[in-house]
Amino acid sequence: MEQVTLFLQQLLNGLSLGSIYALIALGYTMVYGVLRFINFAHGDVYMLGAFTGYFVAPQVAKVFSHGRDESFTMQNTFSILAGAGIVMLVSMIVCAAVGVTIERIAYRPLRERPRLNVLITAIGVSLFLQNMTQYFLGAEPKAFPQLIPVQAVPGLGDLTLLTTQAAIIGSTVVLLAVLWFIVMKTKLGMAMRALSVNPTACSMMGVNNDVVISFTFALGSALAAAAAVLVSLDSPSISPLMGNLPGIKAFVAAVLGGIGNIPGAALGGLMIGVLETLVVGYLRPELRDAIAYAILIVILLFKPTGLLGKVEREKV
Amino acid sequence: MNRSRLILAIVLLALLLFSMFGERAFAQNFSYYYAVLMQIGINIILGASLNLVNGYTGQFSLGHAGFMAVGAYASASWSDHLDPIFLNALGGSANPVAVNIVFLVSMLFGGLLAAVAGLIVGIPSLRLRGDYLAIMTLGFGEIIRTAILNIDFLGASRGYSGIAPYSNLFWTYGVAAVCIYAVLALVNSTYGRGFLTVRDDEVAAEAMGINTTKYKVIAFVIGAFFAGVAGSLFAHYVGFLTPEGFNFFKSVEVVVIVVLGGMGSTAGVVLTAAMLTLLSEAQRALAHTSFVPPQYRGLLENRLILYSLLLIIFMLTRPQGLFGDLSAVHKRLIPKKGTGGAPVTPPPMPPAT
Repeated sequence: MEQVTLFLQQLLNGLSLGSIYALIALGYTMVYGVLRFINFAHGDVYMLGAFTGYFVAPQVAKVFSHGRDESFTMQNTFSILAGAGIVMLVSMIVCAAVGVTIERIAYRPLRERPRLNVLITAIGVSLFLQNMTQYFLGAEPKAFPQLIPVQAVPGLGDLTLLTTQAAIIGSTVVLLAVLWFIVMKTKLGMAMRALSVNPTACSMMGVNNDVVISFTFALGSALAAAAAVLVSLDSPSISPLMGNLPGIKAFVAAVLGGIGNIPGAALGGLMIGVLETLVVGYLRPELRDAIAYAILIVILLFKPTGLLGKVEREKV
Repeated sequence: MNRSRLILAIVLLALLLFSMFGERAFAQNFSYYYAVLMQIGINIILGASLNLVNGYTGQFSLGHAGFMAVGAYASASWSDHLDPIFLNALGGSANPVAVNIVFLVSMLFGGLLAAVAGLIVGIPSLRLRGDYLAIMTLGFGEIIRTAILNIDFLGASRGYSGIAPYSNLFWTYGVAAVCIYAVLALVNSTYGRGFLTVRDDEVAAEAMGINTTKYKVIAFVIGAFFAGVAGSLFAHYVGFLTPEGFNFFKSVEVVVIVVLGGMGSTAGVVLTAAMLTLLSEAQRALAHTSFVPPQYRGLLENRLILYSLLLIIFMLTRPQGLFGDLSAVHKRLIPKKGTGGAPVTPPPMPPAT
């Protein structure tokens, strides 16, 4: 029985970690869907999301405590949830703007060029964001303010689910539902799907591809920012290089699910999170970061299209 | 071809003479300049070898530092454990010929191990489209770094120290010359045209019966080999290795050299390797003069800020690099003006798919 509880506990932890990867992976996969390239700077947009939250949180706390307090100790559940929600929302909006700006300045002029050029630019953007953040804010990690009091959620028996983990999983479910609605039920979502099938035909049907691509970047970056704020609730140490590893793992998640496939990215993210937690819990903690690469190698060898991806013929 | 072989021979001979007579005094009297020269030489090897992969073959590797690390650690460890035996057999460490032979063997070992690593990484990822290789090689670099951090006899996080100082300008620039020669000879040979076709149009190359995966793997393995040799030169020059010295940013530095020099232009890459090394030295020197207010010092000291800007600006305004030629695809689409003779008519634009 002990063993079962332990396993369920690991699964729960993995689910909360995987939610983060899923949110980041969605940005990779959506951008890949419309532009067919890996947005290397996505992990750094995620990092900027965390820093935006870091600066916004004290201001929100001030408003909620009527200007008395910046330390974010709020009393009732409503103000806690509303405060954290506002921090997340502001961070999402800021990052959406950052994502759109990056696309406008660095990627759009290269639309017709070889994909390699865009990839190199993306690496340049990624390094630029990292190093400028490092220059302005310092390389040392900063403590993210505690938005939600960390305690166990009651009523789960032997399992421990922290409030922060519950917030991560809950918000991810909500965000995924919203994303599903946007992609499947709105006109812009339909345009996004059309664009990923055939850009030329899409623009001939009267869709403004540039708008759709900008929108895709905004959506992906906002999700990354949400992931960053959520992850900072659980592990409140943020630094300019924090986006690198989650970025790569989320990319692997996107490939695992089939790059370009939106449900695949969510599924892949959850799987990577759970697998990582299991490896740390049952095998060796040092392998924590290696497991993502191992998964990537296995997929590339045996099923390069990923779990839910379709085979795409290269046409001349 | 004969002329370039002659040049190669002359360069090597001059370097050999220099290393026999003038090098030690030079290294002692001008140790800073000597260090810069060594760094330039190693960067030339790294750039020229990565250019074969990223430039001529059109793939995108982000793991050059990883292969360099494999070569550096392998050859350092080889020198540490096996050199005494060889040196005894060849007549002791006083014999300069014996020392150089031992170093050559150690370098080759480092290069070969790196090449094997290249083969292992290359085969799964090179079957697929370019973007995957970037991620795979990035991951490989990180895995190598983590592995070294956990291998105790390679020094783990303490670093590997006490490596015999075999490197000199002869070996560094000698290897650089051989590397440049090998890359050029390979690319200009009938066989080597395969690399260019893979870059220019993979689908067309495949339709012409070229085994594109094979070409990509070959380019990748050769690139890894020279990165490994560069690593061993580096190891036997600085005498001290840390896993951190071979992180992702080291790989990016090499990528910057190739991109700025012009992907697929060896001369450009060699020149850029030298220029960029000098530039970052100058930048560091400038940061500590009174011209620069202290609050901006960080901007200059962090090379990556400049490098990332250069990458973006070059890709936006001059994707062919400083010295590069526009790729053949581009040339076909933009007809040359005033070349005389029959006008080159561009083929109709194919509908984008």
